[in-house]
Amino acid sequence: MTMLEVNGLCKAFTIHHLNKTIPAVDEIQFSVHAGEFLGIIGKSGSGKSTILKSIYRTYLSNAGQIIYDSKQFGKIDLIQASEREIIFLRKNEIGYVSQFLNVMPRTTCRELVQNALLEMGETKETARIETEKALSYFEMDEGLWDSYPNTFSGGEKLRLNIAMATVKKPRLLLLDEPTASLDQQSKWKVREMIEKLKQQGTTLVGIFHDIEFMEGLCDKVFDMKSNEMSVVLEGVPHES
Amino acid sequence: MSETPILQVKHLQKQFGTGCPHCLDKESVYVEKNYCTSCGTVHAVRDVSFDLYPGEVLGIVGESGSGKSTMLQGLYFDSDMTAGEVYINQPGLAGHNVLNLSSQQKRYIRNHVYGMVYQNPVHGLKMNFSSIGNIAEKMIAAGNRHVGSMEKRGEELLENVHIPLRRRKEEPQNFSGGMQQRVQIAKALSNNPPILFLDEVTTGLDLSVQASVLDLIKQIQRELHISMVVVSHDLAVIRMLADRSIVMLNGEIIEKGLTDQILEDPQHEYTQQLVYSLL
Repeated sequence: MTMLEVNGLCKAFTIHHLNKTIPAVDEIQFSVHAGEFLGIIGKSGSGKSTILKSIYRTYLSNAGQIIYDSKQFGKIDLIQASEREIIFLRKNEIGYVSQFLNVMPRTTCRELVQNALLEMGETKETARIETEKALSYFEMDEGLWDSYPNTFSGGEKLRLNIAMATVKKPRLLLLDEPTASLDQQSKWKVREMIEKLKQQGTTLVGIFHDIEFMEGLCDKVFDMKSNEMSVVLEGVPHES
Repeated sequence: MSETPILQVKHLQKQFGTGCPHCLDKESVYVEKNYCTSCGTVHAVRDVSFDLYPGEVLGIVGESGSGKSTMLQGLYFDSDMTAGEVYINQPGLAGHNVLNLSSQQKRYIRNHVYGMVYQNPVHGLKMNFSSIGNIAEKMIAAGNRHVGSMEKRGEELLENVHIPLRRRKEEPQNFSGGMQQRVQIAKALSNNPPILFLDEVTTGLDLSVQASVLDLIKQIQRELHISMVVVSHDLAVIRMLADRSIVMLNGEIIEKGLTDQILEDPQHEYTQQLVYSLL
């Protein structure tokens, strides 16, 4: 079953004060089946994040289609969907993790994860239990659970970010270099989590600059350089 | 998605002055920003339309003078609008343009359907009444006559907004700006209004008080599912609170969209300038 199909996606940014239009991606085409992991590779500035942000609708695409097979709405074009539909999907079906943590000030680590679940309509009790599970899983020090993330280290912020997204068990998860500043052991945890999500049927599209990390994890690779998708049989093609 | 908005605003218009043939056309050379150089009319709100859905927080951003507050005042019947329609999807009100209702019916809406938190607490509170008295005033206006239940509700609300109960009888004029703002929020919530308007509620507050007010608003939304229109010139506040936002300039809506989209992929020239200026 095709979960996500991107057809002829184009995005350019119009910068008014320079009177200029800067092309970001052109005619992107790929598809991902349910439970698959598509890795996007390419040099920095080649438009990898632009693709993810276009899927999440943080960017408005100029042309093309992004057909997502939603549980709630059936097949839906994320480019044309209403804002309210996108908000619903973000709360319930599509997750996005970047390397930046952007959260309400003076909200504790525990509350942040809990709120993500409450937003979906989980009960307080379920939210409490699942939050503790998730925080222990990502080896967040218990002493940090009730403190504010502003003072967390880069790695702790990242792990909290990933916990907030994965605790909702999204159907489609977009990963924008979420492991950029993690140590090997934490990266391994994230990898384990991704494998677990895959087994549960989550579809993933991810960008990792760490090719080794993606090895054996991706089912398919989209190469920005050739604008092509290839199926990974063994390992991951190396960037030239 | 077939959802019915709880509040629909259509072609809202507010002008100060009589207008003239020159300023009917907003592209006219006589119109400078929103001011007509020919007749001196200020077009404070021009053709503003939007929908507010149940349980959502809608952000409205724009520079000072862009018409944000004028629009809110119009919605709250503080001032008459020149033209436009406003529909509220609540029992007994659906299908009526509430701007055309009698002043008695408008008062009913203010007391039962709307809550308002002004930028300046002086407008929302009686500064020389006790804090709990201020809250009771709104409940009395809504027809409550039971002192015991009003007192209980008032204390509950003050507790929710973190005002120590031992100070409940104190007048807001003795309070700090942040505390006054929180008493205002408690007052606005006293009748469980389905729609809440917040006008620059965190402006002028220090960061730590600002954080507690934001936290309070988020909590209200999460637990009471109140629909809110949050007006602010502070993009950071809007980013924290609103899923969808509207950008206003010279009385008009120039851009609307998902808040993160407006911040990361702004389309209009003015919105781009606004985002580039973000600290």
